[in-house]
Amino acid sequence: MRFGGLKAIDQLSFSIAPGDLIGLIGPNGAGKTTVFNVVTGIYQPTFGEVVFDNHSLNDLEPYQVSRLGLTRTFQNIRLFQDLSVLENILTAAAQHVSYGLADAVLHTRRFETQEKANLDLAMSLLSIFHLEDKKDAPATALPYGEQRKLEIVRALATKPKMICLDEPAAGMNHSETEELMKTIAQIRERFKLTVLLIEHDMKLVMGICERIIVLDHGIKIEEGPPEKIQNSKKVIEAYLGVDGSEHQIRLGS
Amino acid sequence: MSKEVVSKKPFMFFVALLIVGWLADLVLNPFLQFMILLLMINMILGMSLNLVNGFAGQFSLGHAGFMAIGGYVSASLAEIWWSRIGAVGGLLQIPFFIGLALIAGGAAALAGWVVGLPSLRLKGDYLAIVTLGFAEIIRVILLNTEAVGGARGFYDIKGPGDLRLGPLVVSQFLQFFAMTLFWVILCFVTIWRLVRSAHGRGFLSVRDDEIAAQAMGINTTQAKVRAFALSSFFAGVAGSIFAHNVGYLSPSSFGFNRSVDAVIIVVLGGMGSLSGSLLAATLVTLIPELLRPVQDLTGVDVRMIIYSFLLILMMILRPAGLCGSHELPEIWKKFALTRRAWAAKNMAGRQGRPSVPRV
Ligand SMILES: Nc1ncnc2c1ncn2[C@@H]1O[C@H](COP(=O)(O)OP(=O)(O)OP(=O)(O)O)[C@@H](O)[C@H]1O
Ligand SMILES: [Mg+2]
Repeated sequence: MRFGGLKAIDQLSFSIAPGDLIGLIGPNGAGKTTVFNVVTGIYQPTFGEVVFDNHSLNDLEPYQVSRLGLTRTFQNIRLFQDLSVLENILTAAAQHVSYGLADAVLHTRRFETQEKANLDLAMSLLSIFHLEDKKDAPATALPYGEQRKLEIVRALATKPKMICLDEPAAGMNHSETEELMKTIAQIRERFKLTVLLIEHDMKLVMGICERIIVLDHGIKIEEGPPEKIQNSKKVIEAYLGVDGSEHQIRLGS
Repeated sequence: MSKEVVSKKPFMFFVALLIVGWLADLVLNPFLQFMILLLMINMILGMSLNLVNGFAGQFSLGHAGFMAIGGYVSASLAEIWWSRIGAVGGLLQIPFFIGLALIAGGAAALAGWVVGLPSLRLKGDYLAIVTLGFAEIIRVILLNTEAVGGARGFYDIKGPGDLRLGPLVVSQFLQFFAMTLFWVILCFVTIWRLVRSAHGRGFLSVRDDEIAAQAMGINTTQAKVRAFALSSFFAGVAGSIFAHNVGYLSPSSFGFNRSVDAVIIVVLGGMGSLSGSLLAATLVTLIPELLRPVQDLTGVDVRMIIYSFLLILMMILRPAGLCGSHELPEIWKKFALTRRAWAAKNMAGRQGRPSVPRV
C-alpha cells in the first residue's frame, strides 16, 4: 500500500485460520491501522490481494466486506455521534433486514418481527458489556472507555465471522484493560469469532494471542507465538531502535 | 403504546384538521385560504428537503427544480387528459388529482435518482453546486419549451371544480385543503417512520460518519440516492399541488429563491426535526404576510429587511434552529422536567437561605 511516495505496507503477507486470535503489533506509524484499512476495503491496495473466506476483497466496497462477515473497530473512535447507544447498534444490525421501504412506512408484520429481532440482538450484545442501562444515552455522552466498548458492540451487531480490533484498550487503565481482554476472549468463544487485534500493551498481547505478527515500517519483521516474539532480536531492535533511541519505547508500558 | 393507536393517529389528525379546513372554508376570505394552502405546500417542501439536508446530511440546493418538474408534468398531463379524454369532474376528481400528484412525484423522483446517482459521490459544497445547477437547467429548459408556455408561463391549468353531492357543495378550496392535508400527513408519516427503521438509520449514519457507516455494512451511496429520490418525490408532489391550485406556472416561480426558501425552512426549524420544519414553514409563510401592515405604514417595502433581520437574529440565538435535531414532544418533555427541577431547586434555596447574610 502506497500513499504517494510512502510505502505504508510493503510485501506483507499473512494468513489467519478461522477461530484464531492473532495480535498485530509494531511501533507507532508501522502501518498497523493501514493494514486494517486495506483489509476492510477502506483503502484499495495499490498492489497485492486480500482474500477472505475464498472471496477476493480487492474490488469490494467496505460495506460489502462488512456483509461478508469481516468487521472492525476504529482506533480514533468513530461512533455515530448524534445517535443514541442503541441506535448506533441498530444501524450496524440494519444489514440483516430484508424488509423494504414500504414495509418500514406501513409497519407491516415483516417490519415488526425483523426490528424486534434486531432490538433483541442489540440488547443481548449490550448486556455482555454491561451497557444496557445506557442504551438511550447519546453515544458521545459515554465515558471514553465505554465508547470503545460500544465500538466493539456495534461491530458485533453486524454478526461478523472475523473482527479487527484497533487498539480497543487505548485510554483504559490497567484493570479495565484486563477486564476487556477477558470479554474479548469470551465473545470469541461465544460467537466463534476470528480476532485480529492491534494493541500496544505488549504484556497483554502476549497474554491472550496465540500468534503475533510484528510490523515495522510496513514490513513484517517477525511472526510467531509470544515466546518467539519476546526473544526476537529484530523485534527488540524495532521497538528500541538499533542504537536504542530511534523509536519510542513502549515495551511493557 | 399499542400498535393500533400509532396507526390511527394520522387518520385522526386528518379528520380533525379537515374540520378546521371546513371552518376556514366558511369564514376565511380567498386570500387567507390561499395562504393556508401555500403554508401546507411549504410544509411538504420543508419536510422533504429535511430528509436530504437534515437526516441524510447531504446539502442540496435544488429543491425548486424537482418542484418544477412535478408542477409542469402534472399540469401537462391534466391538459392532455382534458383534451383527449375529456374533463374530469364529480367524485372522480379527487382521486384524479391525487393520482396526478403521484405521477408528478414519480417523475421528480426519477429525476432525483438520475441526478443523485453520480452527484451524491460529491461532498458538501460540491453537491450544493451540482443541485443548484440542476435546478437552473430545469428552469432554463422550461423557459425555452414553447409547449409548456415558455417564458409566458403555463396558463389555465386544470383544477377540480366545485363538487356537488346532492344538496351539499364541496368548494374547490375544501377539496384542495383535503388533498394537500393528505399529502402533508403522508409526507410526515413516511419520513417519521422511515428514520425509525433500518433503512432510515442508514441515512442518519451517513450523515454522522460515512466511513463508519460503510464499515458497518451500510451501502452509503444507495442510502443517499434513496433519500434524495424520496425527497424529490415529495417536492414533485408539492409542485403538482401548487400547479393545480394556483392555475398558473411560470419558470420564474421555480428560481433560486424558492430553493433557498426551502433551505431556510429546514435550517430555521432544525436539521433533522420534522416538527421543526412544520413550525418553520408556518413562520416563513406567515411572517412576510404579518408584516404587511408595516409596509402600509411606512410606504416602502421593508418587509424583507425585517424578515431577514429576524432570520439572522434567530440564527444567532439558536444556531441549531428552533428545534435542533429534536422533535417537539421531546422538547416539551425536557422543558417540563427542567422547569420542575428548577422550581424544586428554588424552593430548596428559599428554605435553606439564612435570613442574615453571612459575612
Ligand atoms: N490516508 C493516508 N495518507 C497518507 N499517509 C497515510 C495515510 N494513512 C496512514 N498514512 C501513513 O502511513 C503510515 C502508517 O500509518 P498507520 O496509521 O497505519 O500506523 P499505525 O501502525 O497504526 O500507528 P499507530 O500505532 O500510531 O496507530 C504512517 O506513516 C502514516 O502517516
Ligand atoms: Mg493505528
